[in-house]
Amino acid sequence: MSVLWIVILIILGVASFLCLFRIFRGPTIADRMVGVDIMGILFVGITAITGILYNLSFLVDIAIALALISFVGTLALAKYLERRTLDD
Amino acid sequence: MTEVTVVDIIGYIVIFVGVVFDLLGAIGLVRFPDVYNRLQSATKSVTLGTFGIMIGILIVAGFTPLGIKALICGVFLLLTAPVSAHALSRGSLRFGAKMWKGTVIDSYGKDKLGGPQIESEEGEAKESKEKDDEVA
Repeated sequence: MSVLWIVILIILGVASFLCLFRIFRGPTIADRMVGVDIMGILFVGITAITGILYNLSFLVDIAIALALISFVGTLALAKYLERRTLDD
Repeated sequence: MTEVTVVDIIGYIVIFVGVVFDLLGAIGLVRFPDVYNRLQSATKSVTLGTFGIMIGILIVAGFTPLGIKALICGVFLLLTAPVSAHALSRGSLRFGAKMWKGTVIDSYGKDKLGGPQIESEEGEAKESKEKDDEVA
């Protein structure tokens, strides 16, 4: 079954590199923010899969914290994108 | 641990389906023409794919602490990812990101922003390149 885990992690890595391509290449700043958001959700999945692969329970805790940070960060970036300020 | 049961195989299949959804969402993020299409493709399928990964981990691990925490993480993701995608699309429309030129209707732009935010046929590539330089 280790081949299956390697294939899954390679597919998730390819998906992360596609997001990275969009972050580098995106025409506007909004495209880059979309890429960062999607890449955060992908990293949550990668961390959880690493947790079940090595049977380490605390990696799923890290995945929960990562999802929370990604959510709050994306909300802050969207607010900044809407007004270009952070003061209201 | 070396023996693979039927429940494990079902869990592996669910995880693999979720990973394939993730990959398709990332391909859509690269291939679609404007911000809103990219957001629509990527957010929906990547959210469902990661939720599938979490459900597969729950099936493989059973009701151990790892499985319960994976379920909590999946439900949290399912609740928060649409909220952040909505905020991001609203912010990019207020920012002035133009829609693709094949877009049919833009009711929000017509009502609130004084005109549909659909890009014209020519001159958009130059303008977006200028905006890119300004950002960089």
